[in-house]
Amino acid sequence: MLNCKEVTELCSEEMERKLPMRERIFLRMHLAMCSGCRHFRSHMGFIRQAARKYAEGGAASDRDTKG
Amino acid sequence: MVKISPASSADVTAAALLAIRKDMLRFAELQLRDAHAAEDVVQDAVEAALRSTSAFSGRASLKTWVFAILKNKIADHLRQHKHTAPLSSLAGDEDEWGQKLEALFNDKGFWRPEMRPAPWPDPEESLSNQQFWRVFEACLDHLPAHIARIFMMREFLGFDSAEICEQLGLTLRNCHVILHRARVRLRGCLGEGWGQSRGS
Repeated sequence: MLNCKEVTELCSEEMERKLPMRERIFLRMHLAMCSGCRHFRSHMGFIRQAARKYAEGGAASDRDTKG
Repeated sequence: MVKISPASSADVTAAALLAIRKDMLRFAELQLRDAHAAEDVVQDAVEAALRSTSAFSGRASLKTWVFAILKNKIADHLRQHKHTAPLSSLAGDEDEWGQKLEALFNDKGFWRPEMRPAPWPDPEESLSNQQFWRVFEACLDHLPAHIARIFMMREFLGFDSAEICEQLGLTLRNCHVILHRARVRLRGCLGEGWGQSRGS
């Protein structure tokens, strides 16, 4: 079984490459049981989303209209 | 001072670019950590934008279009200066960082109860909030330079990790570890600055 520390590493790793089947299964099993790691994973996704938006000039500032 | 070529999309004016310039400069500075170099790439990008106004179709917002040009300029700059990148200091503050990481997990590698991640505010709401972006910028600025560089090459400029490693002479494993550390640090910083203190 994976511990939380290892799972957080996989959450980052999966953003870089497709994980091997075995790791995907372990990751899923752990996430099913662990809300902390589920939240961690969603934070990772959010950080990527924010970074992309920022790099498109999409950070809200008083001049901008959202879009 | 800036000359404008005949534009089919008339909206690309020096004035419109000037309004965006401050944001461009901050974006470049975050990545290059060098005010002079940032000034140069932004100037290049502004000139390129003014030269090619006809390429601006109006589909994207002007800012998105100009940022795309700026990202290319920054990527070029990084490629040209890869050998001068101060990445020898990979050790940096790794000791301190190691202790922080240890503080998240118990000795079996499971979350310590008080460190267990909790949900963050609604993503869409966050992304349209000015205060969120101030925290985001501050957190990026707070990352050690070598970690920030790699994170931003990956997430802002869209390099894949293989290309980053190649440019910086790192192993793929090393790159992944650094990206992970960047994300964990950003998560910690955003959590403190934004995730927990909404409305206060």
